[in-house]
Amino acid sequence: MTFFGDPEVWLPLVFAGLMGFSILVYVVLDGFDLGVGILFAGAGSEERRDRMVASIGPFWDANETWLVLAVGILLVAFPVAHGTILTALYLPVALMLLGLILRGVAFEFRAKAPARQKWAWDVAFFGGSLLTALSQGFMLGMYIMGLEWSWMTASFAILTALCLVAGYAFIGACWLIIKTEGELQRGSVRAAQWALWGVVAGIAAVSIATPLVSPRILERWFSIPEIFVLIPLPVGSIVLVAVLAVILRHLPDATDTWSWLPFAGGTALFATAFTGLAYSFYPYVVPGDMTIYEAAAAPESLIIILVGSLFVLPVIVSYSVLAYTVFRGKASELRYD
Amino acid sequence: MDALILSRIQFGANISFHILFPTITIALGWLLLFFKLRFNATGEEGWMDAYRFFVKVFALTFALGVVSGITMSFQFGTNWPGFMEHVGNIAGPLLAYEIMTAFFLEAVFLGIMLFGFRRVPGWLHTLATFLVAFGTTMSAFWILVLNSWMHTPAGFEMRDGVAHATDWFAIVFNPSMPYRLLHMLLASGLTCAFLIAGLSAFRLLRGDRSVGVQKAMKTGVIVAAGLIPLQILAGDMHGLNTLEHQPAKVAAMEGNWETGPHVPLVLFAVPDQGARQNNYEISIPSGASLVLKHDPAGVVPGLNDFVAADGTPLHPPVAPVFYGFRVMVGTGMAMLGLSFLGVFLMIRRRKTQPHMAERLGKWPLRAFVAMTFSGWVATLAGWYVTEIGRQPWLVTGVLTTADAVADVPATMVLSTLIGYLTVYATLTIAYISVLFYLARKASNSASPVSLPEAPRSAAAAPKLLPVGVSQ
Ligand code: HDD
Ligand code: HEM
Ligand code: HEM
Repeated sequence: MTFFGDPEVWLPLVFAGLMGFSILVYVVLDGFDLGVGILFAGAGSEERRDRMVASIGPFWDANETWLVLAVGILLVAFPVAHGTILTALYLPVALMLLGLILRGVAFEFRAKAPARQKWAWDVAFFGGSLLTALSQGFMLGMYIMGLEWSWMTASFAILTALCLVAGYAFIGACWLIIKTEGELQRGSVRAAQWALWGVVAGIAAVSIATPLVSPRILERWFSIPEIFVLIPLPVGSIVLVAVLAVILRHLPDATDTWSWLPFAGGTALFATAFTGLAYSFYPYVVPGDMTIYEAAAAPESLIIILVGSLFVLPVIVSYSVLAYTVFRGKASELRYD
Repeated sequence: MDALILSRIQFGANISFHILFPTITIALGWLLLFFKLRFNATGEEGWMDAYRFFVKVFALTFALGVVSGITMSFQFGTNWPGFMEHVGNIAGPLLAYEIMTAFFLEAVFLGIMLFGFRRVPGWLHTLATFLVAFGTTMSAFWILVLNSWMHTPAGFEMRDGVAHATDWFAIVFNPSMPYRLLHMLLASGLTCAFLIAGLSAFRLLRGDRSVGVQKAMKTGVIVAAGLIPLQILAGDMHGLNTLEHQPAKVAAMEGNWETGPHVPLVLFAVPDQGARQNNYEISIPSGASLVLKHDPAGVVPGLNDFVAADGTPLHPPVAPVFYGFRVMVGTGMAMLGLSFLGVFLMIRRRKTQPHMAERLGKWPLRAFVAMTFSGWVATLAGWYVTEIGRQPWLVTGVLTTADAVADVPATMVLSTLIGYLTVYATLTIAYISVLFYLARKASNSASPVSLPEAPRSAAAAPKLLPVGVSQ
């Protein structure tokens, strides 16, 4: 395997890339499910809530699996880091799991339990989605702060928690713009307009805080020539936000041809922000403490996984595309027959 | 209580809650495929009715399986970091293959299987059903490979306290894997068969005379009666294999203290680990030697062989393993009795009674209702025997449980444990009551006197669907 150079060098990098890819896919895909759950609170009528659930029903399970994959890669490729990160984030992880449990089971129970209990499962669906988003945002904040617990870092993490809620609500609203029509679609456009500002606040907060807490990151961004290579990231984000704001003002359009644009733009914005973040932290997997090279599992084990993933990942992506194609178009009532 | 014991309780609670749902989904996927294929072949609406009812059960169960499974994959990092640090090179690839070959498969095709009936061609829907069933089985395969490797590790070497793989074939096909996989898949089939029979019996008792419920009842009883002898046989072989690799576990299961020939088979006793003896013992002379060595004079190992010079026991705690084993085998015997009775009645009254409810009769039906969740009892008991029987090891001979535990404050573990337990208790109750609610609703909407001879036309079928069928 020396054919590609030293596997101890490129294997950890490849796995860090795979992990980053699955986190990004997770944030966009489960982000829209969780966002729809968060927007549930303002849905108004039961009929609209049913429609919202129908828009994500066939997808949420597969979307959530990207989280399992991301944690799985952390677990299998960087076993030591996995323990360090997850024990440092013990409580937010537990809260996130409770949130994921509540939201996942509420899907099914709200449709099958006696009608008079439906409201309780609706509350669980909203509460679970909100709790999941909050705890993931909190973990992001703590990670940026180097996994140190103090009042200062926790306050920052609370800020990122709120911003991630806005971010998920934004991408969820963009999804509903594609999948719904009429009043629900118009309401989703308004929600997306509001939530966009939360996204902007979040990206701004993270961009300001990251260089401040870490001189290393400051150095990586603001030195020559790096700064010229990196300039597209912030500029790109600003352009995307402006374009999104303009598009949202013109939606829904009469023929509904452009309803997919906000979701595409939102995805691009998330990807840009994520790339910036990934650049800041590379090569660390535990910020300031452990690099991907120090944390990596033995090369023989990683190779086994890599060979498998090269076959399996394209298959996964293609049958995911199949599922999205089968359920394309406006969300209709979900039926088992 | 310290973090170790709390983490153990927490892990035990999480995995116990999780396994309740996979045990159902693994086999139910295949049974749904069976219903679907029977419908494709015969065109009888009854099979489709059975499919429609149990696909709802499947969807609900699957959701619970998924969310509790996600908790499991975080557990390794939050509570058992030592596990991945020491054996991550082996556990990692196995878990990765589970995610890649099983989880995505089932999760993606589940959407098509549940909601795609009208959107995709019939063959694709059948294929999706097959792939979901296949995915759950693959997932069981990979996780049981890992679990069996923890019981009977093979194909690795230790370097600086870390396990490194040397032979993947030996790792995957480690000595206890075939037995454990077979026993677990059969357990899943039995759990499902009794669930189907129990819910159908409940509907029959409520006067539901639809064709679908009769077909489901018949399937449940026949599958149960067919699998239970196989399970007993597989269990016996599993035990013999364990005797070879983990003799202390078998000694605890048998409640046998002294090594020797003519060891009796203890049917019941109250083992006292302090005094190292059994109280109130009821036993069959030379029975254990006969079962384990197939010879009354066979020498069977006893627990006293596994005690350190200073008196600390090197064997697992005896009582839970001993009782757990009896609960499992006892439930198995009850399953044997009831399912055979069911088949006997179905055959004997075949000519005289056209309808399943009369053929089986009130009391046997009630017994089936009572046994609806018997599979859960036996499965949990079996897992407790296996897992507690491995203590004090986490990976036999390689890593002890105490060396793998995370260094998190006990109060933190306790608070999350209370949170999980509350949620699990609520959800288990909600799950069971929703299943019976669905059964009641289905029997209320089924016409009470539909004639089995006249297959309903396709046009009449939708009226059988209660309002709540749509998601
Ligand atoms: C014998 C079977 C079996 C056993 C012992 C386990 N599981 Fe499991 N698991 C399944 C059989 C299964 C399944 C049948 O494949 C499930 C249940 C329902 C489902 O959706 O898939 C599942 C779901 C499931 C999921 C969600 C998958 C998804 O997103 O679709 C995860 C992450 C895990 N499991 C992880 C674990 C871990 C870490 C375990 C051990 C410590 C474990 N499971 C024990
Ligand atoms: C699915 C059914 C399973 C059940 C019901 C189950 C149950 C249990 C129980 C009750 C314990 C506690 C034993 C004790 O501490 O005395 C335990 C321990 C453990 N099991 Fe399992 N187990 C199952 C499957 C698995 C699988 C598939 C794995 C891993 C691949 C696994 C890994 C562990 C680990 C890491 C421990 C050590 C932690 C502890 O002692 O609590 N188990 N299990
Ligand atoms: C009645 C005869 C049975 C016998 C002789 C038997 C035997 C055994 C033995 C010896 C073990 C421990 C294996 C080990 O860890 O070394 C075991 C485990 C287990 N049993 Fe049974 N069993 C029987 C019935 C059942 C039934 C009816 C079920 C469920 C429906 C069941 C489910 C399990 C499960 C889930 C495990 C743990 C997983 C495993 O190790 O395979 N068993 N059984």
